[in-house]
Amino acid sequence: MKPLLLKGGHIVDPSQGYDAVGDLLMAEGRIEALSKGLSAPDGADVLDVTGKVVAPGLVDIHVHLREPGREDAETVATGAHAAAAGGFTSICAMPNTDPVTDNQAAVGFIVKQGEAAEAARVYPIGAISIGQRGEHLAEFGELIHAGAVGVSDDGHPVVSSHLMRTALEYSLTFGIPVADHCEDPTLFEGGAMHEGLVSSRLGLKGIPAAAEEIMVARNIMLAELTGGHAHLLHMSTRGSVELIRRAKDRGINVTAEATPHHFTLTDDACEDYDTNAKMNPPLREQDDVAAVREGLKDGTLDAIATDHAPHHYETKERDFDDAPFGIVGLETALGLGLVELVEGGVLTLPELITRMSTAPARVYDLPAGSLARGAQADVVVFDAAARWTVDPQRFRSKSHNTPFAGRELAGKVEYTIVGGRLVF
Amino acid sequence: MTPPSLGKDLLGLEKLTAEQIRLVLDTAEPFKEVSERAIKKVPTLRGKTIVNLFFEASTRTRISFEFAQKRLSADTVNISSTGSSVQKGETLVDTARNLEAMRIDMVVMRHPSSGAAKFLAERIRSNVINAGDGQHEHPTQGLLDLLTIRDNFDAIDGLKVCICGDILHSRVARSNIWGLLKLGAEVAVCGPQSLLPRGIEGLGVQVFHRIEQAIEWSDVLNILRLQLERMSAGYIPSLREYYRVFGVTMERLEAAPKDLLILHPGPMNRGVEIDSRVADGPHSVILSQVTNGVAVRMAILYLLAGGEPALAEAAKRTNREGAE
Ligand SMILES: [Zn+2]
Ligand SMILES: [Zn+2]
Repeated sequence: MKPLLLKGGHIVDPSQGYDAVGDLLMAEGRIEALSKGLSAPDGADVLDVTGKVVAPGLVDIHVHLREPGREDAETVATGAHAAAAGGFTSICAMPNTDPVTDNQAAVGFIVKQGEAAEAARVYPIGAISIGQRGEHLAEFGELIHAGAVGVSDDGHPVVSSHLMRTALEYSLTFGIPVADHCEDPTLFEGGAMHEGLVSSRLGLKGIPAAAEEIMVARNIMLAELTGGHAHLLHMSTRGSVELIRRAKDRGINVTAEATPHHFTLTDDACEDYDTNAKMNPPLREQDDVAAVREGLKDGTLDAIATDHAPHHYETKERDFDDAPFGIVGLETALGLGLVELVEGGVLTLPELITRMSTAPARVYDLPAGSLARGAQADVVVFDAAARWTVDPQRFRSKSHNTPFAGRELAGKVEYTIVGGRLVF
Repeated sequence: MTPPSLGKDLLGLEKLTAEQIRLVLDTAEPFKEVSERAIKKVPTLRGKTIVNLFFEASTRTRISFEFAQKRLSADTVNISSTGSSVQKGETLVDTARNLEAMRIDMVVMRHPSSGAAKFLAERIRSNVINAGDGQHEHPTQGLLDLLTIRDNFDAIDGLKVCICGDILHSRVARSNIWGLLKLGAEVAVCGPQSLLPRGIEGLGVQVFHRIEQAIEWSDVLNILRLQLERMSAGYIPSLREYYRVFGVTMERLEAAPKDLLILHPGPMNRGVEIDSRVADGPHSVILSQVTNGVAVRMAILYLLAGGEPALAEAAKRTNREGAE
């Protein structure tokens, strides 16, 4: 492979506190050098990226790739290419496939499909319980040996506190996080959107914020009890953010993530029964959006993760109650981060890169999120100022279910580089 | 100034103006008279085809619509389908496409999902009348309740109306709230908090947790049917206790400072939300609601079919009610 030199970009690497114009040299799939005035070695490819941002490739620790089971909605390959188009170089695939990714063969299959895609790196997350049924622990040791980077029953909450406790204890052997979709099923039951004035008006069954917060509190207590690493998926309420902030102050081993839609939209988006605004956890209220933003600013929320949830168009073309939860997110995440958080005055550009690359890589201990010498040469180059309008028909993803169609976003991805090779 | 019209569909009262609501009520007046005739038929909708599409069992509403359609000489087809939730989702899109292909003029739909009527209306050219969508709205019921209240008072403006019972799961409650607020009434709801929607005060209604307070405050009580499955779902402990705490009884009404008008959209659970003596008593207008239901539905069919508001104008000249 030829060396690759990026000349004249605005390099942002939070892992080293680098935020300046400079050059980046990659060779043999690794970062070779980062400084001003680098000259190209013999035979190197050179890209002039003057005026563009050069950052460690983005890391999305929460995506649903639907393969095996619903390849009409997404495959590992289309998901990995959608990720690359969105500036992501590493993604973590949730195990709620059909069949469930709860054994080493299933994990191995996703690893193999990911390598064949030659786009973003795909890291499987294994199931916590066999069949995600919430009863018996899956074989964490075998899952990890086959390539899993963590465990989760996402798609479902871990209802049994005993199972969550055992998973956290057992995870200590492997040093992996146990990630939970925090939801009390008895408060959630039959819910379609956030419980509040909008749900009351629309006559849709509401999901109260407490359905999430009760499980956040439980998971914090179990992390404290066991010392295990609890990762809290897609946090959506002020109460959750405050619980996590207090837990971190007390040194409890928890990390947490939030989605772009939860830092951008409120339950008003469900007005007119737009099924593309139906997600779980649901879009909350303005004060919750503000709390999520504060959490991303002060680090209470470690990572931005998309919860990319592709659905075949026909399944969203239904009345609200019958439509599935979830939206695609890989190709709009960076744009929303730039417009809503950076231009919105919430985060600096290096802070956004921290939340979308360096910090999420740390949650699952992935070899990503850094441009330090010797690191994997996973890099994104984007034009932070360029404007574009979301057109779902142009997504690389097989699915187009997004509430952001027609929205103007910033940040055109110019190049996505994985292991020193252009994949977008 | 262009005369008011209803537009293509009737989906709910939230999106209607006070003027549009008055138009329906005024247009219903002359249709009351049609129902009194020996030959209860006018040729207004001759040649129009209407489908009554009921995804949920409903005898009263469907029969009321059928009477209204027959009295206007429309051709009607009834389709009933109650299936599993997945099937109903799939059939709704397909049903819309099929109806479109059959060039139906109007569809009257009852569906268990909130928003279903809007979903259908956006996908077909025919007029869509919402005969109840999930827990969202039941606009024809709201309008017939308004007409019945208007028959009994000089004006709706300034009246105090309390809707009692399971507001959380009630499309009738939501349509009543919007209609009453738009016509200037003061609106309250009364029930156990477990059956009241969160943030309902945000719509501009008062909340009572005690039926005695509601009775003391109100001019009109609209008493909703308590769905018996609410008990098994754990919203209330028992029907017996519900009657004891929230039942509208003669004793409670007699303690009120003034006579109240009593409405109930039916079917009633006697001895649960309402005492039989109240239902059959002098202040109950429950049967007028049934009669007005046909007139209101005739008015809506007529207006959506492009009927002249002039009929309503003529009715206004008879000057039943001009103060509102
Ligand atoms: Zn989840
Ligand atoms: Zn998820």
